[in-house]
Amino acid sequence: MPEKATVIGLQQQMADRIKLFFIQIGDLSYFAGRFFKEVLRPPFEFRELLRQCYQMGNRSLMLVGITGFIIGLVLTLQSRPTLIQFGAVSWMPNMVGISIVREIGPVITALICAGRIASGIGAELGSMRVTEQIDAMEVSGTNPFKYLVVTRILATTLMLPLLVVFGDLVALYGSALVENLKGDVSFQLYFNTVFDALAYGDLVPATVKSFFFGFVIGLVGCYKGYYSKKGTAGVGYAANTAVVMASLLLFVVDFIAVFVSDIFYEL
Amino acid sequence: MNKEEVIDTAHTATPGTGNERNAVIRIRDVYKSFGDNHVLNGFNMVLYEGENLVVMGKSGSGKSVMIKCLVGLMAPDSGYIEVMGKEIATLDHETLDILRSDIGFLFQGSALYDSMTVRENLEFPMRRHKEKLGVIDDTTPLVLEALENVGLAHAIDLMPAELSGGMKRRVALARTLILKPKIILYDEPTSGLDPITAKEIIELMRSIQKKYGTSSLIITHDVDCARVISERMILLVDGINYAEGTYDVLSKSTDPKVDAFFKK
Repeated sequence: MPEKATVIGLQQQMADRIKLFFIQIGDLSYFAGRFFKEVLRPPFEFRELLRQCYQMGNRSLMLVGITGFIIGLVLTLQSRPTLIQFGAVSWMPNMVGISIVREIGPVITALICAGRIASGIGAELGSMRVTEQIDAMEVSGTNPFKYLVVTRILATTLMLPLLVVFGDLVALYGSALVENLKGDVSFQLYFNTVFDALAYGDLVPATVKSFFFGFVIGLVGCYKGYYSKKGTAGVGYAANTAVVMASLLLFVVDFIAVFVSDIFYEL
Repeated sequence: MNKEEVIDTAHTATPGTGNERNAVIRIRDVYKSFGDNHVLNGFNMVLYEGENLVVMGKSGSGKSVMIKCLVGLMAPDSGYIEVMGKEIATLDHETLDILRSDIGFLFQGSALYDSMTVRENLEFPMRRHKEKLGVIDDTTPLVLEALENVGLAHAIDLMPAELSGGMKRRVALARTLILKPKIILYDEPTSGLDPITAKEIIELMRSIQKKYGTSSLIITHDVDCARVISERMILLVDGINYAEGTYDVLSKSTDPKVDAFFKK
């Protein structure tokens, strides 16, 4: 019966996809394990680490800044009418400050970096794999995992929290600008109110989860690029899947981070 | 020459049977498969000191797999591989890296690091092998010497993207020479090059061999390259060393599988 055959075919496809998903999770975990093993073992590639930090941090600054500024502007502009309706417009700095610092800033910055950095790493390492540059590195006595992977994962892990702080500040500036123009609130008053509203409980979990976001972006980008196959088509595939997988994992990590910090708040 | 005679030629050249030059590479009964694709089916080979040995085979016949097994980039399923008296399978990473400093590897697509200048490409292998080169304050003379060997001293500060295919291959050759290896493995050194540039690369390979006395293993399917450079040839067919001998002997073979390589 053709209908039954189609159903069986779809079931098989689904089973294959689920199997592939778990295989990838297993491989990614092994890859992460190898990172932790190699990161503490000399020789250390400090020069390459600094170069990667510069590449990832400095070159993402503009993008993160522009996005943060627009997010701050839009969030304030869209919230204003509702807050005015409830006579709560004076709560604007508190609301925007807490939402940006706790959630919007880290997540938006991480998503932008997943798009820019994870795809960049995936494509770069993928093309190095395809053109045998990684093999050449190994033959020349340099551990390519340490030189290429460890440095990139460390760089994203270290740089993302800094980018998040920068993005948060620019977003708050965007919000303050709207308040200044539309509500005659001075910048000083706006920022004083924001910082009064923020507590350690807002800053610490956000900063800690930014490190994890950076780690995930670097890990997925490197994993997809390092094991890239099938020639030049594989490079594009590596870049593309790196973004998709990193973005998805960011939300999973975000959920876990919020869940864990919520437990601490309850305590 | 019939098939039996051709195979017999291969067996008489096995080490320990007479002509006693020092063997720098020995491969014995190496098998390698990728799923159902059996690439190497008991391959045997010996490279002697100072020799230019050409291994010829069709695309996908396992030449590159064999050469990668030699430097530990791939592990064979079974078999014995010895380089300069050391069995590759038994070496730890550190010892393998030290051994690799005596082996130069010219990759098929040159494999220059895109993000580095020519100078940095040549300096890269020196980072891990400082003890071999002694105390070096300035790497420039070494880099320049290697580049002068390939006639590209002027390209020292260029990026790989600014080089032509032939220039890339020559820079890769210079990078191979920087650690003064005792063995050089060439993976399709002339593939993708026009005939004139290919000829220049072959001439370079010959002059390097003459200057440094290296042993060379050349993987190719380019008959002209094999004719000019080989002292001895192995034909890799169906995963085995199907025939072995000099170019002159093999090119006159009437065995259809051997003859197919030399047909214009």
